[in-house]
Amino acid sequence: MSETHTLTRADLSDVVHREIGLSRADSAATVEQVLTMMCDAMSGGQNVKISGFGTFVLRDKGERVGRNPKTGIEVPIAPRRVLTFRASNMLRDRIAEAD
Amino acid sequence: MIRSELVQRVADANPDLPAKDVERLVATIFEAISAQLAAGGRVELRGFGAFSTRARDARTGRNPRTGEPVDVSAKRVPYFKPGKEMRERLNV
Repeated sequence: MSETHTLTRADLSDVVHREIGLSRADSAATVEQVLTMMCDAMSGGQNVKISGFGTFVLRDKGERVGRNPKTGIEVPIAPRRVLTFRASNMLRDRIAEAD
Repeated sequence: MIRSELVQRVADANPDLPAKDVERLVATIFEAISAQLAAGGRVELRGFGAFSTRARDARTGRNPRTGEPVDVSAKRVPYFKPGKEMRERLNV
């Protein structure tokens, strides 16, 4: 895990393969399940709270007037739901103290 | 949904896997992401989102109770950007 390499699904399933001892196929499948189940919960309107890691919080934004930056024409921006991640204090401290 | 419910759902989907392994599997995934961020790296999960860190300059904060100035040193903070597919699924 060097600083330049970006961690992806493949790396996560590799860690699961090594640490848990599942086959590569099962490791990839279960990593995908974890992500899918989190995604399903959030698209169903649920916040996802992972102790020691952080909370994925859904926020509803009201309708507002925006502007096309290119043309300057005002356009309404529809109400929508956005997702923010609030890292746990444990993760924040770990990252802040890493330097 | 909390961590234990996530573990339960993954366990339900994999009746052949011991519950202990599912618990460890979920812990392993979040530990790997945390370690990568602590090392200054990035985690990109297409469709889900990307985890990275952002630099914060040193600043002089204040103790909200006493109003006393305190030096806050420069640090990195975790950041998550939801993926395109995730953003779309939240708004259907």
